[in-house]
Amino acid sequence: MSNVIIPEEQASIVERPEKKAPLGPLFWLCVGWIALNFLGAIFANVLPLQNPLYQDYSSINVGPSLHHLFGTDDIGRDIFSRIVYGSRVSIAVGFGAMLIGFGIGTPLGMLAAYRRGRFDTIMTSFMYILLAFPAIIATIAVLSFWTPRSLLKIIIVIGFASVPLVYRVIRTATLAVSTKDYIVAAKVQGATDRRILLKELLPNIAPIGVSFLLIGVATVIALEGTLAFLGLSVSPPTPSWGNMINESRTVLQVNPWLAIFPSLALCLFLLSLNFIGDRLRNHFDVAEVKL
Amino acid sequence: MIRYVIRRILMLIGIVFIISVGSFYLIHLLPGNITTIIEGPGASPANQAKLYKLLGLDRPIYEQYFVWLGNVLHGNLGTSFISQESVASTIRAALPIDLEMIFISQILAFATAIPMAMRSARKPDGIVDRIFGAGSFTLLSVPPFIVIILLVLFISIKLGIPHTGVSTYVSFSSDWIANLESMALPSITLAIGSFVVYFRVLRSDLIATLQEEFITMARSKGISQRRIMWRHAFRPSSVALLGAAGVNIGGLLAGGFVVQFLLAIPGLGYTLIAAINQNDYLLVQGIVFVVSVGVVLINFIFDFIINIVDPRISRE
Repeated sequence: MSNVIIPEEQASIVERPEKKAPLGPLFWLCVGWIALNFLGAIFANVLPLQNPLYQDYSSINVGPSLHHLFGTDDIGRDIFSRIVYGSRVSIAVGFGAMLIGFGIGTPLGMLAAYRRGRFDTIMTSFMYILLAFPAIIATIAVLSFWTPRSLLKIIIVIGFASVPLVYRVIRTATLAVSTKDYIVAAKVQGATDRRILLKELLPNIAPIGVSFLLIGVATVIALEGTLAFLGLSVSPPTPSWGNMINESRTVLQVNPWLAIFPSLALCLFLLSLNFIGDRLRNHFDVAEVKL
Repeated sequence: MIRYVIRRILMLIGIVFIISVGSFYLIHLLPGNITTIIEGPGASPANQAKLYKLLGLDRPIYEQYFVWLGNVLHGNLGTSFISQESVASTIRAALPIDLEMIFISQILAFATAIPMAMRSARKPDGIVDRIFGAGSFTLLSVPPFIVIILLVLFISIKLGIPHTGVSTYVSFSSDWIANLESMALPSITLAIGSFVVYFRVLRSDLIATLQEEFITMARSKGISQRRIMWRHAFRPSSVALLGAAGVNIGGLLAGGFVVQFLLAIPGLGYTLIAAINQNDYLLVQGIVFVVSVGVVLINFIFDFIINIVDPRISRE
C-alpha cells in the first residue's frame, strides 16, 4: 500500500523565509504618512481648504500664520491648500505610471521567465535594447513633441518608458522562484500553466514586485518634479509639487517658504515610499543586487 | 575576449540603429504640416523647400529615414531655423561643459563614497555604518532640483560666494578659476546623487566580499586591515561599483539638465530645454540623438573596463 499523501486541496504554498527583519515602528509611521497624503489628495474638495487658485492680493508672500498655515505665495494663493491639491498630480503620476508599467511588464516578464525558449530570448533582447535608450531623454523628447500636454499623456509616456525596467525585475524574480521545488511539484501534479502562474508564481514574486513598485513610484514622482521644471508637466495654475518649487525660484530671496514647504512635502513623501520599499525588501530577504 | 568584444560591438551598432530610428521618428509625432510647425507659419517657400529636402519629406518614410541617416553620418544634423546655426556646431559648443561637470562630480563622488563604504563595511550595523546608512538613505529621497535650490539659497545668497549663483557661468578658456567656481554647485549636486548610489552598492558588495574565504585566509596570514581592504576586497567589489558607475554616468549625461537649467549653464541640457521652449525641433532631435548615443557609448566603455578588471565575465 502506497503511503503517498496527496492533499485534497492544492493549497498554494507561499514561501516564507525563516528569519524576517522586523518592520519596526518607523515603517508604520511611513505607511501612515503615505495614507494621510492619499486621504488629503482624495478629499481635497471636501476638506475645509481655501481655493488653491484664489489670488488674495491683500496678503502676498505672507509667512506661516494661523490664517495661512504655510503662508501665501507671490500672488496671494494659500500654500497649504496648494500643497494638498498638488499631491493629487504627484500621486496620480506616480501610481498611474507604475500601474501601466507593471500592468504590461509583469505578465510579459513572468511569461518569459516561465516559458523560456524563443519567446524569452526575443522578448529579453528587445527589452534590453530598450533599456539602453535613456528613458528620461525619451520621455522628454516624446512629451515635447506630443502636444498639447495633459496629465494623462504624462502618465502614459512615463508608464511605457518604465516597462523594460519592470520587465527585467519581474523576469529575474520569476526565474529565481520557478526552479523551486514547489513549482516543480505543481507541474508534476499536472497543474495548468495558468494556475502555476497566478497561484504559485505570482504570490511569491509579489513582495519583490511591491517593494520595487514603491521605489518606482518615488522615482516617477521625482521625475514629474523634473518635468515641471522643464515646463513639460501639467500647466500652471494647476498646482503640483514640482510646479510650486519651480515657481518659487523667482522669489527665493523674498519668500523662501514657497520653496521650503513643497520641497519638504515632496521629500517626506519620497522618503516614506523609499523607506517602505526598502524595509519590505529586507523583510522578504531580497538582496539589493538582484534588483 | 575578442569574440566577446565583437559581439558587444555588433549589439552596440544594433542599439545605435534603433536610437536613430527613434530620434528620426520624433519629428513625425508633430501634428499637421511638419514644415509649418518647425519653421513657423511665416516661413518663406525657399526655407520650406530647404527643410523639405533635408528631411526628404516628398519620399516614402523609409527613404526619408535613409536620407536623414546619410546626413547624420556626414555630421549634418540640420540647421536650426530659430538661431540659423548648424545643430552640430551648437552641440559641439555645449558638450564640453557637460563633460567637465560630470568629470568633477565623479571625482567628488568616488573620493567620498569609496572610503566611507570601506569604513561602513568594516563593521556592518555599527554606529558609523548606521549613521552613514541613514544619511545616504535620506539623500536618496532629495531630488537634485531641491538640492540645487538649497545650495543656491545657502551658498550663493547667504554666503555670497562669487560665480556660484544663477547665470554666472564663466567659460574655462576665459578664466579657469571663476569657471571652477561656477561649476562647483552643479558638480556638487550631481556628486551627491552619484555618491548615494556608489556608497550603497560598494558597501553591500564589500560586506559580501569580506565574508569570503580568501579574506579569512589573508587575515590569518596577518595581513593588515588596510591592505586586505584595498588589495583583496576592493578589486572584486569594484566590479559592482563600475557597473553602477556606467549606468549612473550615462544617467548624468541624460539627466544633468535640470541643474544646468536652474543655474543657466549653457551645456547640452540647458540647450535642450531652451530648444524645447522655442519649438526648435531640429535642435531637440539632434540633442536627443547625440545624448542617447553618448549614454550607450558610456555603458559600452564601462562594460569593457569591467571586463579588464574581472576577465571571468567575458568567458561566460
